[in-house]
Amino acid sequence: MKRLRSLLCAAAATLLLAACAGQPLRGTGDLGLIIERASGHVRLVNTSSRQPYARIGGLGDLSHASAVYSRDGRYAYIFGRDGGLTKIDLLEAKIVKRVIQSGNAIGGSISQDGRIVVVQNYTPGGIKAFDAETLDLLSEVPAEYAPGKFSKVVGLADSPGNKFAYALFDGGEIRVTDFSDPKAPKTERYPAGSQPYDGLVTPDGRHFLAGLFGEDGVALLDLWQPEKGARKILENYGRGEQKLPVFKMPHLRGWSVAQGKAYLPAIGRHEILVVDVATWKEVGRIPVRGQPVFVMARPDGRQIWVNFAFPDYGMVDVVDTLAGKVVKQLAPGKGILHMEFTPRGENVWLSARDDNKVVIYDTASFAQVGEIAADNPSGIFFTTRAARIGF
Amino acid sequence: MNPEVVRARVSALLFCFFSLSTVTVLADESLTPRQRELVRMVRQDCGSCHGMTLQGGLGPALLPADLKDKPVEGLAATIYQGRPGTAMPPWQRFLNEAEAQWIAERLMTEFPQ
Ligand code: HEC
Repeated sequence: MKRLRSLLCAAAATLLLAACAGQPLRGTGDLGLIIERASGHVRLVNTSSRQPYARIGGLGDLSHASAVYSRDGRYAYIFGRDGGLTKIDLLEAKIVKRVIQSGNAIGGSISQDGRIVVVQNYTPGGIKAFDAETLDLLSEVPAEYAPGKFSKVVGLADSPGNKFAYALFDGGEIRVTDFSDPKAPKTERYPAGSQPYDGLVTPDGRHFLAGLFGEDGVALLDLWQPEKGARKILENYGRGEQKLPVFKMPHLRGWSVAQGKAYLPAIGRHEILVVDVATWKEVGRIPVRGQPVFVMARPDGRQIWVNFAFPDYGMVDVVDTLAGKVVKQLAPGKGILHMEFTPRGENVWLSARDDNKVVIYDTASFAQVGEIAADNPSGIFFTTRAARIGF
Repeated sequence: MNPEVVRARVSALLFCFFSLSTVTVLADESLTPRQRELVRMVRQDCGSCHGMTLQGGLGPALLPADLKDKPVEGLAATIYQGRPGTAMPPWQRFLNEAEAQWIAERLMTEFPQ
């Protein structure tokens, strides 16, 4: 009883303190962050007011950095190039914890139950699992694909059952590691094809796709029946034609699935490949203005927004999925590196790295509705990701 | 309201204001404008594969210690023509051979910020 009373007192004191500090209670559903890659900062933003509200520094090398969210949307985990893993509190606008976990990281993912953050590393190649609360290391799985040979890991994505799917760039395989027992993970391996460069888990959590760089095709693993192994789809989509040079690797994520179809970047071709996700057969191609990097569906699936690799990264093409073709060509700024939709897709935010700003477009009228100054912005991540499979 | 809280709020506001308005500008005075463009290209665009700090990514690290035993002409040729069969693309559309050579030399010594 005494214990309860002091607990209640503590709770009341915390509330009082919070009130005194002038922090009104608020949710996190309309918050997010922008990575400022050159200067190691993140800018916290509000998608309702379309304004930044804080800036946090000291995050190290943030080139190619990405973020995932805790399931309550309050904490962001940011994966930096230098192997830094930083946990940020979006409400208090501060770093909660930061660890240097490896030499060279490229991204990460969070488990279905929200308790484990897994990081994928290039060197030393492999994945590492951390306690989402404390960032204590739980276990690691080296990406050893032949005796003494370690691969860069790409495409890490969470899937149901605290399992994580990913691919080995050098090893040419897909792996699924089960962290049900976080300190004793179990890994299955599936041969996939030459040089998988990134991967995605479909929004229903059933399939893992790994795009291949070293050959024309995409490797597909059915996570409901993994024992059947990975098979190849879109084989020979290049039809043996000479590839165009690829100045930046495309990215895949679950958002490229819309209206029963997957929209995937072709490698070395200025095209989007369209695949029916029931049959996994190619059902179309959409010509675009450059090597696609991100091919992202608006949350309702009606539009697909596409940005491009150097040197065409000042342009963005918008595909209407009903018409099956590009319906709008935009030039939002210099060095468009990333795009993110607001939770229900009425706006899209685009980072224009070389213009030092993030521009906000209305997706219905294509009018620019806002702009935020940012120092070499790259990734934009909103808390909506917290509730999605494969992010 | 407690004056301390007011002060904290004002300074938080000021902090926000100043941190929003700073933009880092780093430039090496001894470089020509074209060389500065090349430096930016290497850090930003080569950086998408080699890392902005050139410590490696999908492509290998390009720091002096990594390159010291390699002939500079070979590295310049790799930059200019790419390496077929790998993810290293040719950059000849965007620079000439002398510029590829300059990048290779600077990578082997100390690459400007
Ligand atoms: C799309 C990814 C990508 C981009 C962009 C890229 N590279 Fe590379 N680069 C690679 C890969 C992969 C290799 C390793 C090739 C191999 O396996 O031999 C490489 C190799 C190299 C090498 C040889 C290193 C060695 O140790 O032999 C140099 C030098 C180099 N790149 C410079 C550059 C420069 C300069 C740029 C920008 C103008 C650039 N790269 C852009 C992927 C890339």
